[in-house]
Amino acid sequence: MNAFDYHQAVDAEQAIEQAMRRQQTRYLGGGTNLVDLMRETVERPAALIDVSTLAREIEETTHGGLFIGAGVTNAELAADPRVRMRYPVLSRAILCGASAQIRNMATVAGNLLQRTRCAYFYDIASHCNKREPGSGCDAREGFHRYHAILGASSSCIATHPSDMAVAMVALDARVHLRGPDGERSLALSELHREPGERPDLETVLAPEELIVAVELPPLPMAAISEYRKVRDRASYAFALVSVASMAALDGDTIGDVRLALGGVGTVPWRARRAEAALRGAAISERAIDTAVEAELEMARTLPGNGFKLALARRLMTSELKARVADAREGGES
Amino acid sequence: MKWTINGQVREAEVDFRTSLLDLLRERFQLSGTKKGCNQGACGACTVLLDGRRINACLTLAAQVQGREITTIEGLSDGEALHPVQVAFVEHDGFQCGYCTPGQICSAVGLAGELERGWPSAVTKDLKTTDVAFDREELRERMSGNLCRCGAYNGIVDAVSEALGEEVRR
Repeated sequence: MNAFDYHQAVDAEQAIEQAMRRQQTRYLGGGTNLVDLMRETVERPAALIDVSTLAREIEETTHGGLFIGAGVTNAELAADPRVRMRYPVLSRAILCGASAQIRNMATVAGNLLQRTRCAYFYDIASHCNKREPGSGCDAREGFHRYHAILGASSSCIATHPSDMAVAMVALDARVHLRGPDGERSLALSELHREPGERPDLETVLAPEELIVAVELPPLPMAAISEYRKVRDRASYAFALVSVASMAALDGDTIGDVRLALGGVGTVPWRARRAEAALRGAAISERAIDTAVEAELEMARTLPGNGFKLALARRLMTSELKARVADAREGGES
Repeated sequence: MKWTINGQVREAEVDFRTSLLDLLRERFQLSGTKKGCNQGACGACTVLLDGRRINACLTLAAQVQGREITTIEGLSDGEALHPVQVAFVEHDGFQCGYCTPGQICSAVGLAGELERGWPSAVTKDLKTTDVAFDREELRERMSGNLCRCGAYNGIVDAVSEALGEEVRR
């Protein structure tokens, strides 16, 4: 690990000031990914601005949503009774990620900004356009079983590793930011950038900009929502494919639906094409098949990750059927 | 910098790079906490931070200044072992013993999570705080602690008994 300076921020404003005054700073949340990357010298900040003690509250919004401080731990968020009642997909997604130990340290903002676990990104002896722009991508010709089939480019096929973010994009979460030029907010689905020619640029955050909160809008249909994750072992592994889903019926048609995918995309993947195909459609197996195909026709596979296409198709189909059944049951009770 | 470690205020001047794990082992000679993978994958370094289980290897010592840390050395009351320690001895919850301090600290942290009604990935109804604690729950909740000897059956028996719940086989 390279030497670095460390500063514990007392509030967001001071954190930003501290970051502006120094070169090559990183904000530190729980550190569960950043410390590891620093040890591998993939990350080499000259200074850490510790913001992990800030923004630790979850508050009700005036419209019946939740305003989640950036420093809330993953464990606290998953266990919050309001999240469990109103957004169970989010609790399940968080609980499907990492281990209890890591969830106790990891923060909400840190989870969103964690880096890919692509082995070539982690190994400084490998070529990686994300770590060293223009150096090439060893994953493409290498071991890429875990890599993306949606949103990838010739430069990068690394997946975004978060489970939590997949549930949050399905819920239309917004991120609240604060930076040298003041405050702004944007849809979480706009935070992460697809790699294109610049896989090193992972988000639209401006220099020194800090995530201060994530806001969940009120969403009654989310009270019946689920996250299902398929992985190589039963626990404590990253997703091969995961699905966040919920549905609301309008008689015999699908009134509204939310679908997002993990483990297959270079960003937390909101399946908007599938959703658009389903909204207002008469409920049928064929409608579900058509919607799933509409999303997956964009998929591009490599020899090592082709299985993800079939796995995603089956998982999306079975989850959509299950959510329709849940919504029917909910409507009758 | 200052920390409260096993009930005692301890002080040291350390390089910012120092992990909590290295602080405990190298500066305070609390070598019960083990260094396995040093990357958060094995759980051998599990300690309690303000009563909650964390990986000491992924935590910077500077980050947890002023906080309360409990290690395996702080669980027993003198010669009297903690109930989880007793259960591990009784049920042969180990072979080589290297992962054991982490397993035990993890189980103590888990007990607190159960008391608070926290769910897990395998909790069917996330809306209930009356979480049934069965063998499947136990295995999921202890998945952050690996045992390369494969003493899992003994570990599960020990944790089930120590946490005093009716655990179905």
